[in-house]
Amino acid sequence: MSHSTAHALRRFARAWARAIVPIGFVPMSAAELDRRLLALSRSLANAVLAERFVARPGYDAGVALVASHLTDPAVLDATLTVMRAELPAALAANGIGAEELADRVAGLEAALAAGYARALRDTTMAEQERLGRAIVDANASIEKALRDSEARFRAIFAGAAIGIGIADMDGRILQVNSAFADLLGYRVDEMCRLNVTDLTHPDDPPSMWQLYADMVSGARDHVRLDKAYFRKDGGVVWTDLSVSLIRDEAGEPSFTVAMVEDVTDRRMLEQRLRHQALHDPLTGLPNRTLFTDRLAEIFAERAPDARVGLCYLDLDGFKRVNDTLGHDIGDQLLAAVARRLDERLSGPGRLLARMGGDEFVLLVEPSPGAEQVAELAQATLDAVSRPFWVDRHRLRVSVSIGVVDRRVDQTSPADLLKAADVTLYRAKSDGRGRWAMYDAERSAREVARYELAAALPDALDRGDFTLAYQPIVSLDDGAIRGVEALLRWRHPRLGLLLPDEFVALAEETGLIVPLGRWVLETACRQAAAWSEDLPGSEMFVSVNIAAGQAQEPTFVDDVVAALDQTGLDPALLQLELTESAIMDTNGAPLDAMHTLTARGVRTAIDDFGTGYSNLAYLGRLPVQTLKLAGSFIDGLRDADRVDLVHEEIVNTIVRLAHALGLTVTVEGIETQSQADQLRALRCDTAQGWLFARPQSAEEMTALLRSARPDRSTRAVGSRP
Amino acid sequence: MDAAKQVPAGIDLTRPSAARVYDYFLGGAHNYAVDRELAEQIAARTPNIGETMRSNRAFLRRAVRYLVGEGVRQFLDLGSGIPTAGNVHEVAQDAAPDSRVIYVDIDPVAVEHSRAILEGNERTGVLRADVREPDRILADAYALKLLDFGQPVAVLLAGVLHFVPDADDPATIVGTLREAVVDGSYLLISHATADEQPAEVIEAQRLSARTATEIHLRSRSEIAAYFDGFTLVEPGLVFIPEWRPDPDQPADEHPERVGAYAGVGRKD
Repeated sequence: MSHSTAHALRRFARAWARAIVPIGFVPMSAAELDRRLLALSRSLANAVLAERFVARPGYDAGVALVASHLTDPAVLDATLTVMRAELPAALAANGIGAEELADRVAGLEAALAAGYARALRDTTMAEQERLGRAIVDANASIEKALRDSEARFRAIFAGAAIGIGIADMDGRILQVNSAFADLLGYRVDEMCRLNVTDLTHPDDPPSMWQLYADMVSGARDHVRLDKAYFRKDGGVVWTDLSVSLIRDEAGEPSFTVAMVEDVTDRRMLEQRLRHQALHDPLTGLPNRTLFTDRLAEIFAERAPDARVGLCYLDLDGFKRVNDTLGHDIGDQLLAAVARRLDERLSGPGRLLARMGGDEFVLLVEPSPGAEQVAELAQATLDAVSRPFWVDRHRLRVSVSIGVVDRRVDQTSPADLLKAADVTLYRAKSDGRGRWAMYDAERSAREVARYELAAALPDALDRGDFTLAYQPIVSLDDGAIRGVEALLRWRHPRLGLLLPDEFVALAEETGLIVPLGRWVLETACRQAAAWSEDLPGSEMFVSVNIAAGQAQEPTFVDDVVAALDQTGLDPALLQLELTESAIMDTNGAPLDAMHTLTARGVRTAIDDFGTGYSNLAYLGRLPVQTLKLAGSFIDGLRDADRVDLVHEEIVNTIVRLAHALGLTVTVEGIETQSQADQLRALRCDTAQGWLFARPQSAEEMTALLRSARPDRSTRAVGSRP
Repeated sequence: MDAAKQVPAGIDLTRPSAARVYDYFLGGAHNYAVDRELAEQIAARTPNIGETMRSNRAFLRRAVRYLVGEGVRQFLDLGSGIPTAGNVHEVAQDAAPDSRVIYVDIDPVAVEHSRAILEGNERTGVLRADVREPDRILADAYALKLLDFGQPVAVLLAGVLHFVPDADDPATIVGTLREAVVDGSYLLISHATADEQPAEVIEAQRLSARTATEIHLRSRSEIAAYFDGFTLVEPGLVFIPEWRPDPDQPADEHPERVGAYAGVGRKD
C-alpha cells in the first residue's frame, strides 16, 4: 500500500469516527475508537485492493462494529454512507478501474450490512436471553429467600416459648402454635375451631374489646395489655398479650397476630407485693400508705360539697400491756382489737387502717355528717368495751378517739390528720375512754396561743413590753404607800395584752426568765427614780413573780442584780408570789424568799385565800403582807346587802394576819362603800379603780407630784 | 435487621426498571418494551437524556482509568445497574489486571445478570443491597473477602445518590462509607441537578417516579457537601463532560446540558 493510500485511509477512518460519535454511546475513548476504525479501514482497503476480491472482510467489519458495542442502527447507516462517499476516492490511486472499484466497495457494503445485522441480531437475542435468564434466576433466588424466610418463621412459630396465634378479621383463629395451645390447655386443632371472642374473661378491661374493634377497622396497628384467659379446664392464666395487625398489599387489614406470654406467676407476685406494701402484716388491715393514698385520691377528686370523716383512735395505756405481758401478747391484743373493729366498722365508704403502733384510723367518705361519724366513734368505744381474751389473759382496753368531719374543699389531707390528732389528744386529756369532736374554734385558739408564744422572744427584743403602775393606798389616810408594777404587752396586731394572756406561755417556753429579769430591773429603776425625785416618800414598788421565775436557780441573783444596778433600797422592793408558787414546789422559792427577806426585801402572798391556804405554815413564812384576792371583795360590793360570811372571813384573816405581824392589802376596790367596810375591818392598804387605775410611769410621776404637797388623806382617786 | 425485609419483592415486569432503562440508553438489549417506552417518553421531553446517560458512563470510564493511574486497585461500585458495556471491571482490569471490583445493586435482575456475565472472573463480586443500608453493604462486602479495607478503596456512586430521598439522609450514608475506608481512598459521585436546567428537566424528573426509583435533583453545594472529609481532585465538582475530558475530544460547548455534576475526592 502506498504512502499516499495509507494517508488517505487515515482520513477515511477519521471521517468514519466523526460520523459515528454523535450517534450513540461509545464505550471507549476517542483515541481507542480511532484506532479500531483505522484497523477496520485497512482491512476493508486490503479487500478492495486484493487481486481476487472477497467480500468477507466487509462482513467481519460489520460484526466488529457490533462487538465494539456500536449497536445503534444509525451506526450502520453512517458507516455505509461514509464508505460510499469516501472509500473509492481514498483507494483510487491503486490502478483499479473506477467501475471495478465501485463494484468492490458496494460488495463490501453489502457484506458489512449483513455482518452487522447478523451480529446485532445475535447480540440482541443473547442479551434478551441473558436478561430473561437473570430474571428467572432472580425470581428463583427471591423464592428461595422467601422459602428460607418462611422456614425460619415456621421454626420460630413452632418452637417459640411464647404463644403465637393468627386470626382473620372475623376473629376466626386460623393458626396457633403449640405453646399457645398448651398455655390454655387445648390441642392446636381444638383452638383453631375457636373465635377470639370465645376467649373473653370477666377481668378483661372494658377498653380491650374496643381496642380490638379499632384494630379490625384498621384504626390501630398494635395493642398490648395484660389479659386473663380461662383454660379449657376452667383455671385462669394471666398473659402479657400483644396483638399486631397484618395488612395486605393494598393496606387493608387482613390478619391479626397475637403473642402471649404467661405472666401468671409474675402477676401473683406483684399482687402479693402490692398487698404487702399496702397492708399491715400484723392485723391484715390497710396500712398508712394505703390510707394516705386513698385520702389523696379523695382530695384529688374534690367532688362538690363532699365531706370526709375521720375517727382517729389509739388504745389507752397500751404500753402497759406490752411492758407487763410482753410484746407477743401486745401484738395479739392489737390483732384482736383490729379484728373486732373491722367486724364492727367495715362497710362501703369506710376504710379502717392501722397507722402504726396502737393507732388506727377509720376513714368515712363520703361522710354522712358529723353526728353519724360520732355514732361510729361511739360504736367503736362499745365494740372494744367487751374484754378480750388473749392467750388465757382477760384484757380490758379502752380507746380514745378524735372525730373530725370536714368539707373536702375546706381542708387538706395534712390539716385533716392534724385536726384528728389534736382532737384525739383532747379526748385523752379529757380522761380517756371517750371520743372528742373536733372543735374548729378551740383549735383556732390553740393555734393562736401557739403563735403568741412564738412571738414572745421578738417582742422582748423589740421592747414591746411595758410596765403600768397602780398605787397601793393606805386605808387610814389615803396616802400612797407603794405601787404595783403590772406587765403589759403592746402587741402590734392584737393591741394591749394583759399578763393572764401570755405569762403562762412565757413560763411554758422558758421566756419567763429574761422577761422577769426585765420586769424586775425596769420596776426597780423606776422606783429608784421616784425615790430620788421625791425624797422621803418611802414608796415601795411591788413586783409580781411567776412561779416558774421563782424556781429558777438564778432568781435570787437576778433580784440582787436588779437592786445593785438601780441602787434601789431593798426595803422599797416587794415581791408578790402566789401561795402555790411558794408552797407547791421543791422549796426553792421558799429558800429564795428567806434569803431575800434577810437582805431586806419585802414579800407578799398574792391572791391569798384562793388556794388551799396552809395556815399552819403562815407564821413561819418569810412574808410581810397578805394580798387578799378580789373574790373576797365581790361580796362586799353592795353596801346594803353585805355578805356576812365574806365579811367574817375577811375579818378573821385580817385578825390572824395582824396577830402574825403581817399587813393586809386588798385589791379591786371600786366603791367608797367597799373602802369604808374594809377600813372598818382594819385592812391596812388597798388598791383599785376607786383610787387609781394602772397608769404609765409618766402619769404616775405626775400623780405622785400632785399628791405630795398637802399629803391629804384623800390624795388620789377618792370620790367626793 | 428484620428477617422479612431481606426478602426482595417479586419482580414486576409490568413496571419499568431504572437499570433496564439505563441499559437501553446505552444501546443495550437488556430491556423490555415497557422500559423502552418510558425511555422514549423521557427522551421526547428531554432530548439530552440519552446524552446524559452516555456522558455519565463515559465519565465513569475516564474516572476509573484515572483512579487506576493513581494506584487504586479496589473498587466498590454502588448502584452498578445492568452492566452493558464499559463496566468498571473491564476498564480497571484492562489497565491493571489485578484490579478487584464489587458491584452492588438493589435490582435483583441486575444482580443476577451481573453474576452471569461475571462468572469466572475471580476478581469481581456482586451484592444485592440497598444503598440506603451502607452498614449492611459493608458487612456483606467484608464477608466476600474480595477487597482489603486496610488498603485504599474507590467508592463509586455514579448516578445513584439522586435516587436517595432526603428523608433517607444521603449525607449519613456517604459518611458511613467514608468511615469504612482508609486514608488514600477515593469517593466518586455523579448526580443529577436542576442547576442551569430548563423546565422540562423537572418534568422528566416527575416521570422518573414511574420507575421504582424517583430522581431527586440537588444543587451543586448540596452535592459538594457529600465530599465532606474528602479533597476534590482537579477539576473539582463540574458538569460531567468537563471532568478530565479525553484530550483529543473536541471541547463540549454546553456541558451544562447533561444536567449532572461529577467529581472525585480523595480521603486524607
